[in-house]
Amino acid sequence: MAIETMNKPGLAPETEAQLAEAVRDAKGPLCLQGGGTRGVTCDGDVLDTRGLSGITLYEPGALTLAAQAGTPLDEIEAALRAEGQRLPFEPMDPRGLLGTSGAPTIGGVVAGNVSGPRRLQAGACRDYMLGVRFVDGMGTVIKNGGRVMKNVTGYDLVKLMTGSWGSLGALSEVSLKVLPRPEAAACLLVDGLDVAQAVQLMAEAMGSPYEITGAAHDPESAAGQPVTMLRIEGFAQSVAYRASALQAMFGLHEVRVESDPEAVADTWRRVRDVDKLHGRDGDVWRISCKPSDAPELALRLQAEAQLFDWAGGLIWALLPAGTDARERLGAYDGYATQVRGTGDLPMFQPQPAAIAALSRGLKQRFDPRGILNPGILV
Amino acid sequence: MQMPAPDSTVLTRKARIVERLLSVLPADAVIHDPAETRAYECDALTAYRCPPLAAVLPATTEEVAAVLRICHEEGVPVVPRGAGTSLAGGALPTADSVILGVARMNAVLETDYDNRVIRVQTGRTNLSVTGAVEENDFFYAPDPSSQLACAIAGNIAMNSGGAHCLKYGVTTNNLLGVTMVQMDGTVVEIGGAHLDSGGLDLLGLICGSEGQLGVVTEATLRILRKPEGARPVLMGFDSNEVAGACVSDIIKAGLLPVAIEFMDRPCIRATEDFAKAGYPDCEALLIVEVEGSEAEIDEQLGLILQIARRHDPVELREAKDADEAARIWLGRKSAFGAMGNINDYMCLDGTIPVSELPYVLRRIGELSGEYGLEVANVFHAGDGNMHPLILFDANAPGQLEKCEALGAEILKLCVEVGGCLTGEHGVGIEKRDLMVDQYAPDDLEAQMAVKDVFDDKWLLNPAKVFPLAASEARRMSALAAE
Repeated sequence: MAIETMNKPGLAPETEAQLAEAVRDAKGPLCLQGGGTRGVTCDGDVLDTRGLSGITLYEPGALTLAAQAGTPLDEIEAALRAEGQRLPFEPMDPRGLLGTSGAPTIGGVVAGNVSGPRRLQAGACRDYMLGVRFVDGMGTVIKNGGRVMKNVTGYDLVKLMTGSWGSLGALSEVSLKVLPRPEAAACLLVDGLDVAQAVQLMAEAMGSPYEITGAAHDPESAAGQPVTMLRIEGFAQSVAYRASALQAMFGLHEVRVESDPEAVADTWRRVRDVDKLHGRDGDVWRISCKPSDAPELALRLQAEAQLFDWAGGLIWALLPAGTDARERLGAYDGYATQVRGTGDLPMFQPQPAAIAALSRGLKQRFDPRGILNPGILV
Repeated sequence: MQMPAPDSTVLTRKARIVERLLSVLPADAVIHDPAETRAYECDALTAYRCPPLAAVLPATTEEVAAVLRICHEEGVPVVPRGAGTSLAGGALPTADSVILGVARMNAVLETDYDNRVIRVQTGRTNLSVTGAVEENDFFYAPDPSSQLACAIAGNIAMNSGGAHCLKYGVTTNNLLGVTMVQMDGTVVEIGGAHLDSGGLDLLGLICGSEGQLGVVTEATLRILRKPEGARPVLMGFDSNEVAGACVSDIIKAGLLPVAIEFMDRPCIRATEDFAKAGYPDCEALLIVEVEGSEAEIDEQLGLILQIARRHDPVELREAKDADEAARIWLGRKSAFGAMGNINDYMCLDGTIPVSELPYVLRRIGELSGEYGLEVANVFHAGDGNMHPLILFDANAPGQLEKCEALGAEILKLCVEVGGCLTGEHGVGIEKRDLMVDQYAPDDLEAQMAVKDVFDDKWLLNPAKVFPLAASEARRMSALAAE
């Protein structure tokens, strides 16, 4: 794919003006692509955004960073780490799960509203988005939002663009709020709970004043038994205090505390990237639901393997190839995305008629020719 | 402030429109006597007033849908209204409009502590959402200073913030789902007790759309467990620059206070005369509040005070108990009242990059001198959301216009340094005509295209957000199609 796009310089723009020109001149569908790591493809010429690269603004004292859309995520994370900061929403690295290669870009993260375990407490990618610049389906450059943390000036197209999977425009630049990287972190581990018990424990932890920044349950850990994980982060003394407060709160269970920074980071990286489903045959589904519904939905799913994140509000499920998870789930408050799969099931959950009509209306306005990532989301 | 001429064909059909509204609502929910519609002639931006054609107070989503269907058929503009506390004229009627007030829809529909959400009708006031869950030590985080009166409907329309949003975010970060009625009466459910959207983020789009895309009747809101405690510290500095640098250093050190409030000398003096909070006589004052257990608070405040000392403060005052904490907040919380005591004032709401604080304050001082109107600054420093208060005398001829002109200059200054016109109050009519200073025509066109999709006749909350000239072609063609 990379070689092909190099042969077509018009589709590997290096400036926003070139990006606009490429869209304006397009004669057919365009498949927008950053690192190409998220397994989303469509028919059409690949429009490679990696040439639009580089951090354009970083003010640690204002917690603000802006970058061109094709900037590698690694570059952004390294710049933040150097100042003791980070992207709070913890975007996953999809390569292991999807078997893709390449380098994830910030534009891809934003286009997919990609968020990890900390989404539960800190918010999603969309919650940290301050501004966008993008090229709509007619090749017009549009900006919305800006670089300041509080902004209600006009409609929030920043949110609309975040998670729109390139269906309304090609991102050229994004600006984000970032946060300090905490001094310490700890992970509390409880063994042997079933899904219902784990969801209950996670709900109690989330309802405590101890600021849990991760709550996940693996029904079958590498050690062969269920493990429920809670993460706390902050200043070292505070982390120690909250760890012991939570241990006391869950006195009926045996609670292990892991406070080695490497081990804690590794545990949550494995939850974030859904390591346990890597390389396994079958389709991978991602279900966003009300946390307390998770035990019932797990029964309906009958998955071959699963992982519960977001205190139960996010279920990663491995199902036999071609299985329609939506059919198994029936009606519930939430939606299911086929993250990795075969067959002709739509990746994204079909929307109710009135919502679908609004989405199509927006697509028609922003991309009247229907050439941007057609058929993926809208 | 110019408003579009009312549609005379609507005015002449008033009797028929009222009759149709009465066919779907109880008699006491349709207000059409000119003596009574006066009550809805303005919101908290009282400089502009216009009684509506009628006002309706539906009690259910179905009634809202019925009202909107009728207004859609009749081509009548609709102005949704929460509690009428908008400082931007977000609920200002036009003479040909029906005010749709959600005040009768104030029930709590479901409280779910396991999933940490509450579902309410949107006429409920902000503070009473917290009131519904505080016996279980939970709270709803966004806390605009009008929280005692303002409604969730208005909070969603304006994407309201508050003093504590540095840590907890604004309305859009705490809103999980809505029931919304479109202008043609279609009821849609968006989001729910689960996280994030399965399709386009319509929830994010609706939040902050100033009631122009639909009428939100129910909302699922995130509730949080209260922290164990909170404590403020007060710091005085002898220049705005130094106070600004101190804010930046606190943030860079990895601390995330729940609030960092800034007051400048004119504001300190006025509040001191009014509230006698015992504030030091200095150029700039910061109030920084942190949360947690006693030990956690001690640790964070210790670090904050260390940073503050590096900036040669003229005063450092740590609250030892609840009483002292209240005294520290007293002046800040009475700042607006203190200003009102001296004079009429206009409250601005621009946001700037925190690094531009010293420059912007200096420029505001210069502009204040040029216009001969005093400006006091009080604002949320952690996130750069400024609230310059321009003092003027509404009874003196020409002063309001002069004050508005100075306000516009200050907001343009905010845009110039990389900020925006409004951080939490919304555009409304107040900043409508300044939108061209922030956005290029193509940027505005993209926003108006969204309105076309949700409200093709441009009937919802007319004449707000977009400059009249920018929206004229759309409004005229919608009118011609009638």
